[in-house]
Amino acid sequence: MTVSVETQKFIEENRRRYEALKAAGQQHAPKALPGPTPRGTLLPEGAAIHAETIPGGWYWSTPLKAGEALRIHLAHGPAAVSMIAWSASDASERLNYADTVKVQWTSALGKGRVLFSDMGRVMFSLIEDTTGMHDALVGGSTPASNRARYGETVLRNTRDNFILEALKLGLDKRDIPPALTFFAPVRTDADGNFRWIDGARQQGDFVDLRAEMDLTVALSNCPHPMDPAPDYAPPPVEAIRFKAPAPAADDLCRTATIEAVRGFENNAR
Amino acid sequence: MSQFFASPVRDASSALRDYFVPANAPFSCLVKAGESVRIVDLEGQQAVDTLFYKADDFSERYSSQDTLRVQGSAYVSTGTKLISSEGNVMLTVTADTCGRHDTSAGACSCEANTVRFGHQVKYLHACRENFVIEVAKHGMTKRDIVPNINFFMNVPVEPTGELAIVDGISGPGDYVELRAEMDVLLVISNCPQINNPCNGFNPTPIQVLVFGAED
Repeated sequence: MTVSVETQKFIEENRRRYEALKAAGQQHAPKALPGPTPRGTLLPEGAAIHAETIPGGWYWSTPLKAGEALRIHLAHGPAAVSMIAWSASDASERLNYADTVKVQWTSALGKGRVLFSDMGRVMFSLIEDTTGMHDALVGGSTPASNRARYGETVLRNTRDNFILEALKLGLDKRDIPPALTFFAPVRTDADGNFRWIDGARQQGDFVDLRAEMDLTVALSNCPHPMDPAPDYAPPPVEAIRFKAPAPAADDLCRTATIEAVRGFENNAR
Repeated sequence: MSQFFASPVRDASSALRDYFVPANAPFSCLVKAGESVRIVDLEGQQAVDTLFYKADDFSERYSSQDTLRVQGSAYVSTGTKLISSEGNVMLTVTADTCGRHDTSAGACSCEANTVRFGHQVKYLHACRENFVIEVAKHGMTKRDIVPNINFFMNVPVEPTGELAIVDGISGPGDYVELRAEMDVLLVISNCPQINNPCNGFNPTPIQVLVFGAED
């Protein structure tokens, strides 16, 4: 396709700006992420605000103020916990998995990463994480996925849990964004097929999510649709809301990448 | 133009409706159950951000996660069933001369652009602006905008989980065709992004054709 001189100039200007931005971004080299948190790491003394035991198959939602954090802890055995979240002041601002993976150039979320809203702001920092094996692409269970997986029995599922949580908060189905699922070790093969990584989670695993704005968080404790376990038998999980340690100037999540730095600049505006 | 053509190929002159969507512009139209919609990348390397809503109940809409879960793999191509938030098949991809489309990376927005490229790009047109304007015509709001399909956008997901937006692989005239399995509202943002290679740094027009049900 031939293009005019003006168009060619426009393309070259855009490409030049892109190359300059890319070079500027790469000067701020991403910090090497530290690897998983050791299991058994205790919360700071006196930090806990509320502890909730979420039975297998059930849901729980909680407000989470900026500076508070949520520990999701597999205290009773391997489980998967799906999460969605809204800004407490405007529910139309919500967790956006697509921006989260696109902006950070990865769907492999772990300690040091952040979770973005649809407004270019950081909702959560992943301040501690014992596995780094979570699912950002496939989503939680649904009535259809349970039927496909376990047959024609009525079993609790994440889609219906999120509907219940949203409606109890005065929201509706249209307010349910796609979910992130913690402790669901899903990756792709070279052809893009999803696969489940066996043995990537165990009793004692946890994530600590620090709220970076005032949030409403909804959790669902249901088996991930790709979980190969033959039976539907989710154990309870522990969810602990706690006062997070104040972030230092060199806080990992706030400084690990230039994209996170800019996201936090948007939070501060 | 890619080597592979779906067969049989219906001539554009047999389309019931034929729309030209200028570069950078939003677009929407209804597609009835049984009809097929063809989206043509007229000049090549043009990402087409696309959403679908059930025509008589917009609360049922395209779900990228349900689509990927049911398919078991990360890319959209011929044979992919597009699944709704209620678990129903909305459309089926019946032809694809390009070979691979993304549904993991969502749409560009002024806000996300500041994070990706720097605050200096905030006041540039973006897909979310198109989506907000277009869904508002149908009584919807920002909360109705969900992660979309990016036709003609190439976003490889590596076994490590890493992903990148790389140069578009579509050539002039490449198209994707989808058969509607229910009455749907199609909403498009003809992507205006000029900060990465997804549009070859030069947003260009597309064509949308709607064909009647095949005999």
